[in-house]
Order: sequence, then structure tokens, then C-alpha cells
Amino acid sequence: MAKRLLMGNEAIGLAAVRAGVNLVCGYPGTPSTEILETVAANNQDKRIHVQWSVNEKAALEVAAGGAYAGARTLVTMKQVGLNVASDPLMSLAYVGVKGGMVIVAADDPGPISSQTEQDTRHFGAFSKLPVFDPVSPEEAFDMVGEAFDLSEQYHTPVILRPTTRVCHGCAGIETGESQKRKAPEGFVKDTARWVIFPRLSYENHKKIEARNVELSKVFSSCRYNWIEGDLEAEKGIASGGVSYTYMKETDLEGVKILKIGTPHPFPEELAVQFLTGLSEVLVLEELDPVIEKELVYVAGKYHLPVTVRGKLTKDTKNAGENSVESVREDLSRFLPECKNLRKQAEEADKAGEVPKLPVRPPVLCAGCPHRASFYAVKEAVGQRKAVYSGDIGCYTLGNAKPLDMVDTCLCMGADVTVAQGLHIIEPDAVNFSFIGDSTFFASGITGVVNAVYNGTDIILVVLDNSTTAMTGHQPHPGTGVTMMGDVTQKVSIEKVLEGIGVQKIVTADPLNLSEAVAAVRDVMEGSKVRAVIFRSPCIAVTKAASRYKVEESKCTSCGQCIRKLGCPAITRKKEQVWIEPSLCFGCGVCAQICKFHAIKEVSGHE
Amino acid sequence: MNKNCLLCGVGGQGVVLASKLIAYAALEKGLKVRTSETIGMSQRGGSVVSHVRMGEEIYSPMIPMHSADVILAFEPAEAVRNLSYLKKGGVAVVNKKAVKPVTAALGQSPYDGEEMLCCLRKQVEQLYVVDGEEICRRAGSPKVLNVALLGAALGSGALGLSPGDIERQLEGAVKPQFAAVNREALRMGAALAQNRPGYERPEER
Ligand SMILES: Cc1ncc(C[n+]2csc(CCOP(=O)(O)OP(=O)(O)O)c2C)c(N)n1
Repeated sequence: MAKRLLMGNEAIGLAAVRAGVNLVCGYPGTPSTEILETVAANNQDKRIHVQWSVNEKAALEVAAGGAYAGARTLVTMKQVGLNVASDPLMSLAYVGVKGGMVIVAADDPGPISSQTEQDTRHFGAFSKLPVFDPVSPEEAFDMVGEAFDLSEQYHTPVILRPTTRVCHGCAGIETGESQKRKAPEGFVKDTARWVIFPRLSYENHKKIEARNVELSKVFSSCRYNWIEGDLEAEKGIASGGVSYTYMKETDLEGVKILKIGTPHPFPEELAVQFLTGLSEVLVLEELDPVIEKELVYVAGKYHLPVTVRGKLTKDTKNAGENSVESVREDLSRFLPECKNLRKQAEEADKAGEVPKLPVRPPVLCAGCPHRASFYAVKEAVGQRKAVYSGDIGCYTLGNAKPLDMVDTCLCMGADVTVAQGLHIIEPDAVNFSFIGDSTFFASGITGVVNAVYNGTDIILVVLDNSTTAMTGHQPHPGTGVTMMGDVTQKVSIEKVLEGIGVQKIVTADPLNLSEAVAAVRDVMEGSKVRAVIFRSPCIAVTKAASRYKVEESKCTSCGQCIRKLGCPAITRKKEQVWIEPSLCFGCGVCAQICKFHAIKEVSGHE
Repeated sequence: MNKNCLLCGVGGQGVVLASKLIAYAALEKGLKVRTSETIGMSQRGGSVVSHVRMGEEIYSPMIPMHSADVILAFEPAEAVRNLSYLKKGGVAVVNKKAVKPVTAALGQSPYDGEEMLCCLRKQVEQLYVVDGEEICRRAGSPKVLNVALLGAALGSGALGLSPGDIERQLEGAVKPQFAAVNREALRMGAALAQNRPGYERPEER
């Protein structure tokens, strides 16, 4: 059978389809998003229920319900999503499931697109759930089917934890045929099983501990864990995840190697076999020293005379992602006798002089309605004391100069609540909270209820661009479309706010600057919770109507448009202000702020 | 023999599609393929990189330093940023046009594309500077920059793939109505690197 080029996330999604998954839920988040999208794209007969849930907690609970009823279910999220879903996760670990349930939480060493460098392998240990940790898209593909089988065999959810380089790396994969999708048995009532009570948790806790001892033995002979290399060597290397592939790129010899694909429960017997006869081990892994600590523990428990090196001993770095180069350097220090390694490492050091490179931080796109919204608020506030609490999404980029309109950003939903805390302590400031539409539904609503209930003065600014832009434009409850391809009821942000009891709610088009500024001024007058909804679609979900150009005869080159907006389409050609036609999206905001009326709309392809 | 191609540019320039085309073509030839993409925050106008590796034995999805056979840069500064990936004697295909970051327009970080090209001329033995804008204009679409540059890389012969290998992949990868312009851009790119008039030749030294 021919191989297909699949991204790790596509491989995971397809593997779930092949494994006969019945229900797939998730909330978008880099680097996990494409998994669920792949399932949706391979669901022509609509036999799988696929949904973007409102957030990760909802997703995990829906999937748990499906698995209670005997279905195979998959939940996908990024690592911080598991923080949101941790309440159901911790309890579900005690209750267990009937159908197979696989939870994919994608980690992001670096971090490349995340708030934290947390390590989901700890969540496995914390919740006592089995964890699979793939080194490659191929291995991720294989692990999914096995995770479902294991889940059904032991009636427990199983975690799959790929990392960015596995999720966003492609490989040629043979996908094989789909397993026959089984019709789930249905929910069988049994309160002693499905209703969590302290007594049940105590009993199940004992069973879980016993099961994990058994799983550790099972994993010692699992095909994702193995020993390779020179079995007589005195030095060893232990590795898991993508770091293993970096190690394989180096010119290694004379070492014994342990590869770990199931970090929890740790395959203790295999580890003993590996450590026996070794005097020193270097552990290569990303994020936290999970394998390292397990090996230290095993060495102590079995009185093995071996030194375990890694992050805890400062032999490897404890933050950021690994690379072939970092791993080679670590190895050349650990194996000074290995000449090839040193030579390779020295070569890598040689680099020619280069001129100072331009920094290229990500920016709001040309035409992005968020830019206009931030600008309108800035104009309306003028010299008044104000603090802008922002949140996670494309609009976090509003923090960059020249807008400089995001003073705080913590985690999804925190803009609304952090603004309240700031205001309570410093009531003379006007406290704005900026929240995207997807974030509003995911975790903003409870914060608004909190403010209304406690009577705190904040101005909520909902940036409704009709999509979840940052993660690649997924639909959400306000968009009226689902991942089943159906048109559904739109949840109205206005009505939600009205229902909560927000007294003043104004909706405005941010691309109409005078209207937008007036809307903000209007709500600034009042007290308690007030809201402005700025509604204008993301440029990725609409077509450009026109574009704008500078009339050189009128332009004084004052540069106000550049300095105020920071639009990537507006630059200078020599001294002359210039709008790059291939980037302009025709939002017209620059034309509205130009005092000299020097920016004009060009319709069609002029 | 393994071949490594590093593609780099600025979010939105079509880097990912170009890397997919190479990977599809290599896979069709029965090679082992691994790639690594930049997906996420950086796609909003930040620096993006795709690694494509093909051959018999490949583990890492990322190209080790000093081992890219080809750097395919959509922007001069991005070529310089990734220059340490290029192996000795490797080929760099670089689009001439600089993309100025907003920070440059605001005067926080001055940037001149010519300075980058100068540095490349000094350090790269086999350099192809391509006027991508001109090819796009002649092909009649601003969206074919990626394929034009890819064509030049193929024309250089350093990828071990031919323009025909990629043409076959275009069918499935772009919408039917755009297949013709893409084919045209691919051929123009390839012709440039095959030493025909109208482009900058590899620097003589
Ligand atoms: C707990 C958690 N889940 C998911 C994400 C990934 N994520 C980043 S921004 C975002 C939502 C962005 O959508 P929206 O609020 O509509 O803002 P936009 O990007 O459209 O401006 C998501 C889901 C995250 N950072 N944290």
C-alpha cells in the first residue's frame, strides 16, 4: 500500500478514524488543532460525531459521557487546555470509562506558541493515567490504536502526549484499512460505578495503584520501549520523544540506549535491565526531567551503582526545546572519548559574520479589525488613566508598538477578571478588558457574571471577528456552523450579556472609526459593567472589497498613519509613504486618520 | 544519499505549500521523507521555516546545522537568518524583494535588503537571486511566488528532483483554475536557474 505524506496531527486524527472512533471533541490550540480537523475532513458519511466544544473542560466531559455509553471517544487540546479540563480529568481517572477514551494533550517545548512549558507527562502521573509519548508521526499513528485497546482493556482514559515537532512534522505513513466501527452498547445504569462518592474513590484508588503496578510490567515489554546499542557499554543514554530522533542523527558509538515511549507508568523492569552494568547515564528529554527522576528512583530502589545525569545535574538545559545541535553538544560533553561527536560539534560552531537582522515579531495583519478597535479605544480614552487587560488570541498582538494596548495577559478568560482585581485596588483607573469572541465563549462569561454580581466597574470590549483566528479560523458557538458541516443556532453575545444583567451594551463597527470612538465614549460615562461589542470579520473569513493608495500630491509624509497604526501594509519608499498593494485589505482606517485626506480608495484592480 | 532543503520566509508567503510539494514529489519517488513546519503565532507576519528532508535514513524532522543542500528563501534577511543551516558548497535561492517588518517602518529596527544580499554574495558559493516579483508579474498572479522560487531551486539541480516531478504534484495541491499559472511560474523559475537570460547568475568568484 502506498505511503501518504501526513503531518503528525493528521496521522493521529486518521488513526482515530481507523480505530473506529465514534465521538471526537476538542478545543483548538496550537499544536493540537489539526487532529480534530482531520477527523472532520474524513467523516463524509457523518458516522462520527465531531465537535469543537466550547472549551476543554466541556470537551473532556462530553467525551467521557460518550465513553460511559460504550463509545470510542477522542478529546484533543493543547497542553494548557488540560489545565482547564483538569477537574473532570482527575475525577474521571477514578471513575474510569467503558468505551475506549483517548485524551490528546499536545506539549510545546520552546514554547513556540504557548503560555507555558508545562509537561503533560506530570499530568499522567498526577492523575495516575497511562501516557504514550511518540517520537515521530509514524509512532503517533500506531500508538492511537493501541491506546484505544488499552483504554478498553483497563477501563481507563489514556493520554497521548505528542510535542510540537511531532504534531507539525510530516512523514510518509501507510494508513491501512479502517477497523469496523462498532455500535456502542449504550449507557448501562449502575450508580456504584458512575456516581463518584468518597467511598468509591477510596476503593478505586486502591485498584488504580494495583493496576499501575501491572501496567509498569506490561510496558516493560511494550514495543514502544526498548534497549538498543552496545549492550556491554558502561555508559548509557536514555531518551524519549523527539529528542530520541536528534540523538539518532549524531555519530554515536559504544553506548547502550534506552528509548521510552510510555513514561507513565514507568517500565521499571526494563529500566533495571538498562541500568544494570552501567556506571553513567545521560538523559535526553524535553521539558521536565521525568525520565531522569524515574531512573534516579529505580537506581536507588535497586541499589544500582550508576550516576544519572540530565537536567537535575545541570548536564542538559532545563528550559526550551532541544535540537540536533544541543543534543550533540550534551553528548560530546558526556562522551569526550567519542571523537566524531566533538568534530561535528566544532564544525557547527563555525559561522560567518552576518549583518544585524531585522526582528520580525508576529503582527496584526493588514486590515485586521482588532487594530481599529484598539485604536478607537485609545482615541476615546485620551489622557485618562486607564489599564488595558488583554487576553489570548490574535488580539494579544495589540500589545506591540505603536498600539501598545495590552497591559496584562495571563490565560484564557483572565482579562475580564484581572481587570476587576486591578480596579478594586485602584478605583480611579478606567479598566478595560479585551476579549475575543471565541475566548468569550470559552471562559469569559463566568468572569462577566462575577463582575455583575460584585458590582465592579469594568468596560468589557468584545472583539468579535466571527472566528477563532489565532488557531487557524475554527468556528465557535457565535458563528452558527459546526464541525459536522451543519448550520446551527448562533449564540448571541449581546443576549448573553443582557441575560447576565449588563446594563449598557453597545455594538459598533470598528472600521468606522467615528462610530467606534463614539461607542467607547458612550460606555465610559457609566458605571458597573459596560460592554462594547466591536463586530467586523477577520480578513481570513472575508474578501477584500477594495484597497487604498497614497495620493502623493496631497501626502506630506508626516508619517502619522505609520506611527499610529503600525499596519504592515504601510511603509515608506525612500521618504514617500507607500501602501503595499499586495498586502492592503481595504479596511480604510488609515484613510480615516489622515488629516490631509491623502489616502484614497482604489476600487477593483487599478 | 539524503537531501535537505530548508525553506524560509515571512508568514503568509506560501512557504508551507512549497515544502509540501517537494515532500510529495520525494515520496512519489519512493524516498523516505520528513518535514517540519512553522504553524501558529509566527504565521502572522513573523519568520517562518520549513524543513524538508528526503533520503534513505532520516530520524530528525529538523535539518541539522550545516547540512542543507538547498536554502530556498522567500526574503533576503530570512536567508541570512538561516544561513548556518547551509552546508559547504550548498545552493541558496533567494527572492530579491525585502519584506520590511513593521518595526522597520517605525524606525525601531532599520533594515535594508541590499545589505543582506551583499552578505549572501560573500558567503554563498552557489547563489541564485531571483526577481520573484517579475516572474509573478509575467505569470500574471502575485500568488505564485512560492512555485517560482521552487522552480529555480529545481533548475539548480541541487534538490535531486526535476521540475516535472513537482508539476505532477501541482495538480492535487492547487485549485484547477490556478494550475496553469503555477505551471508557468514553475517553468520560468527553473529556466532562470538553468542559466537563461533575464536573471542574476550565480555569483562568479
Ligand atoms: C486553555 C487554552 N486553550 C486554548 C488555547 C489556544 N488559543 C489561543 S488563542 C485562542 C482563541 C482565539 O480566538 P478569539 O478569542 O476569537 O480571538 P482571535 O484570535 O480570533 O482574535 C485559543 C483557542 C489557549 N491558549 N489556552
